[in-house]
Amino acid sequence: MSQPSKSLKLAVIDYGMGNLRSVVKAWQAVGAEAYLIQKPEETQSADALIFPGQGAIVDTMKRLAQTGLDQLIKDWIQQDRPFFGICLGFQALFEFSEEGNTQGLGIFEGSVKRFPQASNTQLKVPHMGWNSVRFEDKSNLTQGLQSGQDQFYFVHSYYVEPKNQALQLFETEYGAPFCSGIRSGNCVAVQFHPEKSQVKGLQLYSNFLKTITS
Amino acid sequence: MLSIRIIPCLDVHAGRVVKGVRFVDLIDAGDPVEQAKAYEKQGADELVFLDITASNEERKIMLDVVERTASECFMPLTVGGGLRNLEDIRIMLNAGADKVSLNTSAVLDPELISAASEKFGNQCIVVAIDAKKVSDNKWSVFTHGGRNDTGKDLIDWVKEIERRGAGEILLTSMDADGTKDGYDIELNKQVSESVGIPVIASGGAGKLDHLADAITKGKASAVLAASIFHFGTYSIAEAKEYLKSQNIPVRL
Repeated sequence: MSQPSKSLKLAVIDYGMGNLRSVVKAWQAVGAEAYLIQKPEETQSADALIFPGQGAIVDTMKRLAQTGLDQLIKDWIQQDRPFFGICLGFQALFEFSEEGNTQGLGIFEGSVKRFPQASNTQLKVPHMGWNSVRFEDKSNLTQGLQSGQDQFYFVHSYYVEPKNQALQLFETEYGAPFCSGIRSGNCVAVQFHPEKSQVKGLQLYSNFLKTITS
Repeated sequence: MLSIRIIPCLDVHAGRVVKGVRFVDLIDAGDPVEQAKAYEKQGADELVFLDITASNEERKIMLDVVERTASECFMPLTVGGGLRNLEDIRIMLNAGADKVSLNTSAVLDPELISAASEKFGNQCIVVAIDAKKVSDNKWSVFTHGGRNDTGKDLIDWVKEIERRGAGEILLTSMDADGTKDGYDIELNKQVSESVGIPVIASGGAGKLDHLADAITKGKASAVLAASIFHFGTYSIAEAKEYLKSQNIPVRL
């Protein structure tokens, strides 16, 4: 678990789908020792597991299965070890996604649905840009963040519908309200990209680190 | 509520900013990374680097610029210019670009849009268009920095771009570009109403009400501008305050 030294070790899952520089740099910017891992055994000394989804969910699930990282993520969350999922790394935790009709990790009950495609309206898909999140959380995870005020960067065409409403940490409005983040014990996962959300995004990362040490 | 995005664009040549921001407090005003950081501080919602470099040798410098920017700025970064194939795109995304913008290469090889969005996800594939009016409510698509008329009808092209899986359209009016007389509202409106993906209006911004018009009348999801921000005519914050006063949702 957490070391007396201030720097927490974060294993960032890299399954070869694209750029993870920003994610690693953002965690480093808030004082963590973040590094990329490709195999389950490389997470041994990690204090937390970071799952930044990239690309399409079909390929993501395939790659995770090939490397055994799928089982690692399941075990990690079941053991309630600190975990942070981002974007596809949030969606993949659920049972099923409409994107390519893909089975997810099924750690949480619920599914991932597509925003209604709407030509001729202002509700464009992907949902791309800065949007606010609402939350009732009063813990140190949301310290320094203002519900309904602070905005984060989103870019996605699918959204999560958790079966268990109690999981919901964040909610965002796009045509209708959708779940933009969950928390279950030490597992936090969000739809937006904190590493692209300037000061407020880094604040959330920094807060997450505090939840590990406290 | 989703905010309208304000996106400054920097032209980069051989790793240096051309016509850059004239902020007094920059140590090196020609350094794209310094400029990117300055815009991040001002509250820019995204940033676009347009590589106007001609040679492949010089293009490698751009990768270094993107790597350094992605290491120091925590905001979405789009890079365009000279990306011809999947390998060019992969290298640029790995360097730290969040999105790539394809223009001439997409027109010459529309299959590239499909292949790239399938491989890297549609969220990171932007197709840039240089459009020029040919008659009332009719525009043609140009390539090679606006030198070649492809004869392609704009509306047909934007529908094809969407069908092939692009995540966004960056739409520049060649008629309005550089005039400072405002964006081509009709052009933006027609394109935005023809597709379900977001449209970024570009070309012609001179005053703050131009930005507002592109959004309310032109139905754009974002506005891109270069000179009004670079030359300090307005700051990003001033632009946002103005848009807010016009009841346009912005991130302050």
